[in-house]
Amino acid sequence: MSTVQQTPVPVHSGTQTRAPVPRRPPGTAHRRTHPMWFIAPALAILAVFFFLPTLFNFVYAFTDWSSFKSDINAVGIENFTDLAADGTLFSALRITVGYAVLVAVFQNAFGFALAVLLERDTRLNRVVRVFFLIPVLMSALAVGYVFQALLKPDGGLNQLVEAVTRHPFQYAWLGDTTWTIVVVAVIHAWKWMGLSMLIYLAGLKTIPEDLLEAAHIDGASRRRAFWAIKSPLLAPAVTFNVATALLGSMNGFDIVQATTGGGPARTTEILNIFIYRTFGQGLFAQATTMSLVLFLLVALMAFPVIRFLRKREEIL
Amino acid sequence: MTTAPRLSDARVWTRLQPLVAVLLGGTVIGIPLWLVVVTAGKSQGEALSPDLAPPSRWHLWENFATVWTDGEIPAAFLGSLLVVVPTVVGVLTVGSLASWVLARRATRLTAVLYALAISGIVLPPAVVTVVLLLRHLGLAGTAVGMIGVYTGIYLSTVIFFVTGFVRTIPVSLEEAAQLDGAGPVTVFRRVVLPMLRPVLATATILICLYVWNDVFYAFFVVGGRLDTLPLNLFRVASAGLYLNNWHLVFAYVILMSLPLIAVFVVAQRKIISGITSGAVK
Repeated sequence: MSTVQQTPVPVHSGTQTRAPVPRRPPGTAHRRTHPMWFIAPALAILAVFFFLPTLFNFVYAFTDWSSFKSDINAVGIENFTDLAADGTLFSALRITVGYAVLVAVFQNAFGFALAVLLERDTRLNRVVRVFFLIPVLMSALAVGYVFQALLKPDGGLNQLVEAVTRHPFQYAWLGDTTWTIVVVAVIHAWKWMGLSMLIYLAGLKTIPEDLLEAAHIDGASRRRAFWAIKSPLLAPAVTFNVATALLGSMNGFDIVQATTGGGPARTTEILNIFIYRTFGQGLFAQATTMSLVLFLLVALMAFPVIRFLRKREEIL
Repeated sequence: MTTAPRLSDARVWTRLQPLVAVLLGGTVIGIPLWLVVVTAGKSQGEALSPDLAPPSRWHLWENFATVWTDGEIPAAFLGSLLVVVPTVVGVLTVGSLASWVLARRATRLTAVLYALAISGIVLPPAVVTVVLLLRHLGLAGTAVGMIGVYTGIYLSTVIFFVTGFVRTIPVSLEEAAQLDGAGPVTVFRRVVLPMLRPVLATATILICLYVWNDVFYAFFVVGGRLDTLPLNLFRVASAGLYLNNWHLVFAYVILMSLPLIAVFVVAQRKIISGITSGAVK
């Protein structure tokens, strides 16, 4: 985050002229003025409802916990070998990562294009921006149903295509084993592109006007000024948007569930869909195993991705 | 020669931009929303295969009335409120208490605690084993259990936003109050909390958005025992009885989305500036 913060801070005129507070040895006075027990409730809740279940993941993934019997026995890495043997583990991993990358690319491309298109603060642009924020507010489940209806072979989109091309068109957008994952990723990006747009707009606003003016005086074209000055200064916005899109969609569920339910032929079955399905079947240990896999996947991807994007910010 | 076409390029774009913006918004957002409204207004027969044609006769209010009773919207609405309100209040209170101390005390211990506390922003919650844990605690399927799980999930987000904000507030105001003999609780309540208002507003919106619309965690924790709006939408949409009842699904979607959209329309400008200021610093 940059060092300049423009948040207006209310300063009471009376407090400004008071005598400076005497310096105190670090640590000692803090114990009284900023007691550690203020952190305790947050830590307790995090420990019980976040870290403990995560810890359980590392235990129950190695058991035969299910709804079919009451006792739980350790089975070693059997769950992992079973899931790996029937190909589920790697296909789910591949689909999840592929989906996340597609969502990150589309969401950022759409959001960035919208921010550039709607950059000027005209009345019309403000209205159109609000329009693009409606999907962000809608439930992802609802968005999924809307597109399920829109993308049926005899649905609205194909009707429009027929009206434009005057040829019968019956493509099953959500029934293609190769391309449906891309379609669903576009839907996911459609839902969140308004938020990305806002963040890119905020990034564009932080660019000082005189910098662009100087470039203009030096004879830089609008296009060149855009790519040479504006886009590098958007690095923090890119970091935030790419990281949240990538990691958020790896933990996705609602849109895929509502559009395809993991189909056709399980080609859109991301990890959370698998977890939901196996949990519903009572196969708790398998669901836990995949939950652990998701945790490890995100943990392994998060830190390199964030570090890479941060480093890129520093270079620019 | 070089300046003339560039100028006209820019001028053409200034003229064209409003048209492009309206067309893009009208198709990309307008068509899906149009589909929702016209389908929600159709009779069952007409809505069987949902298309973009307007209904021959509008049945919007009848469809609203049907889902209101069949989709148990009042119960689901109360269930959603019962979960969202305590979650937001709890997560903001506990989160800002912790954030204040985490931001002000620069020791190695607090740095580690801060890293732990915000790790939940990226790490996915363990949805399966949390059910087991709630069963041990006797909270399985209860609103309290659900609130605890949401609080655990979104505390990280709150601590991240609020700690960043506290660091931008000069410490001198707190010190003035301390010199006057105020204890930490008083300083926090009287001095710190009022200044956190902008960031707390942002966090409130984000968490309302996430929790109000969540269906995944709700499935695992309270599925079948407590009605919330998204859970009932899922039931309405996937129950055999309602198969292909698109008019009811979309009538439900409209009713469910209205509260958030109403809040948004009222507080639109504040929300937009709040969300963006948190992200790009």
